[in-house]
Amino acid sequence: MIMQNSPALVPLLLLAAAISIPVLAIKKTGVAYLAALAASLGSVVISAYNALRVWESGPLTYHFGGWNPPIGIEYVLDPLSVFVALVVNVVAFIVLCHAGGLKEREIPGKSVPYYALVLLLLCGANGMILTGDLFNLYVFLEIFSLACYGLIGIGEKQAPIASFRYLIMGTVGASFYLLGLGFIYIVTGSLNMADVRNILPHVYGNPAVTTGLALIVIGMGIKMAIFPLHGWLPDAYTYAPSTSSALIAPIGTKVAAYVILRVLFFVFDVKFVSQTLPVTDLIGWLAAIGILFGSVMAMAQNEMKRMLAYSSIAQIGYIGLGIGLANPLGFIGAVLHILNHAFMKGALFLVAANLRKNAGHSDISKLDASYRKKLPWSMAAFTLAALSMIGLPPTAGFFSKWYLALGAIDKGNWVFLGVILLSSLLNAVYFFRILEKVYLGTPSAQGAEGAPSPKSNKGEGFVAGEEEYALMIPAVVLSFSLLLLGLLNANIVKGVIQRIIPLGM
Amino acid sequence: MTDFILGHYAYWAIIFLLVLGLYGMVFKKNLAKKLIGMTIFQVAIIMFYVASAVKWAATVPVLDPAIGAVDAAKYISPLQHCLMLTAIVVGVATSGVAFSLVISIYRRYKTLDESILLERMKSS
Repeated sequence: MIMQNSPALVPLLLLAAAISIPVLAIKKTGVAYLAALAASLGSVVISAYNALRVWESGPLTYHFGGWNPPIGIEYVLDPLSVFVALVVNVVAFIVLCHAGGLKEREIPGKSVPYYALVLLLLCGANGMILTGDLFNLYVFLEIFSLACYGLIGIGEKQAPIASFRYLIMGTVGASFYLLGLGFIYIVTGSLNMADVRNILPHVYGNPAVTTGLALIVIGMGIKMAIFPLHGWLPDAYTYAPSTSSALIAPIGTKVAAYVILRVLFFVFDVKFVSQTLPVTDLIGWLAAIGILFGSVMAMAQNEMKRMLAYSSIAQIGYIGLGIGLANPLGFIGAVLHILNHAFMKGALFLVAANLRKNAGHSDISKLDASYRKKLPWSMAAFTLAALSMIGLPPTAGFFSKWYLALGAIDKGNWVFLGVILLSSLLNAVYFFRILEKVYLGTPSAQGAEGAPSPKSNKGEGFVAGEEEYALMIPAVVLSFSLLLLGLLNANIVKGVIQRIIPLGM
Repeated sequence: MTDFILGHYAYWAIIFLLVLGLYGMVFKKNLAKKLIGMTIFQVAIIMFYVASAVKWAATVPVLDPAIGAVDAAKYISPLQHCLMLTAIVVGVATSGVAFSLVISIYRRYKTLDESILLERMKSS
């Protein structure tokens, strides 16, 4: 029974938990956090189980209510969707583990609705990833987005304004998607992704298909914050509570990027979107501009969360660049970067949260050498994640850039290659600015660059209890797994991502 | 040409509404007016779907013994209407969240004018 229904269990479990949290937590509000943690752990376990099943026996489908597609709604678990779902659930679980230590400071008295919204967010994200129906995707997109607006608006004084601007832009994005879907539906008469894929080759000449595709890409581009459509992102990430930014930054834009990948390469044809219409080229060039723009803006920021937000725009650009290359190496780079960036940005935002909790601010200009003693492990986690963002070899970030660079060479696109190299330098500038303050502050500083040594601090400066374990461990786990992901990257690429590469690429 | 313009009159109206909605969201300074624009935009898309389901000389999608179930062309497609029921619900939920945000903004800043808000947001 469970075996048979496991494909549909993750969104249903999260939805049921989200609805029951306000009831469970009537008497004791502390229950809300534990229930959210349990539901998130459950979703990790089930999605890992689904991933294993897909690995052993190939793609799974689940038909809701026993209605067969194309009439009924179908869930499709293929290697790409279970991979992204697993990444999203694991990162969300680690961030939720961290959230417990922040709730008194950041969301006093609001923890019950907050965790219900977190679970709704995850439900929406999982639904978007697993569904095989284009309209169902829209519904989950809106569940996801509405939860996002709430999670952002709960934050600081300016948060409702940031959230309102995101709401206006996000609704326009979702509406564009819906409008584009209408064009596709009018021409093909179907909403099921596999069915639409079969019908589309007969109608590729129809201008309505072109219009529909353009509207869908613009709509999801707003959600993904691809370069000229990124306006909502910096304020939203900066003013949201730290847990929200740590959840939304790794998950939110990735899910939209996944939808673009899915629609362009798995619903439409690779050849159609890259040669007949220059859709992928357009995304690639915008992404290249976005990478440089985001990196330069990040250098100009003094607030760590704001800097990370601009760096997110740049990192999303890498995924866009991989889509834009539309060749196997670029695709590997894009999918690998979805994984890597989720872990890197999660770790960095958790460190920013630890700074806010312990030091009361996350202002870069106020950082100094004392922080490496006050928060040795958080700073070590920050350093490792920063090195990965820059793309130094043993860390995960290097390998996604490596595949993107190979893809650019393969395509003979030297501008993209230049952008990748230049942006690594820019990343180095805005991250070393912080590392320099923290690790090179005093003349006796040891372990300057590349090798942050928490051990050297441990002897004299590390006082147990100064850093709360609940806050420190998740950040350290996320950033040290970057090392692991980097070392295992050959296995991930060969074993997982090469099986995902779409037909005809 | 005239046929093309007259034959698509519903779509011209929808395009007008879409542009009107976008205009409201982009150029109106008051947040409540931006919301009105957003709602117009959403409603235009709902009407687009409903307009696409129109079929001449067909009836409601309920089995009529006189027509029978053989000829599907005699019934209009119910799917667009069903989809739009969901989209209307989503739109209502979005407006609900948006209005609660507007209320919360007004309580904190005592204004809904975007340019004043941006100034106060920077100064605080």
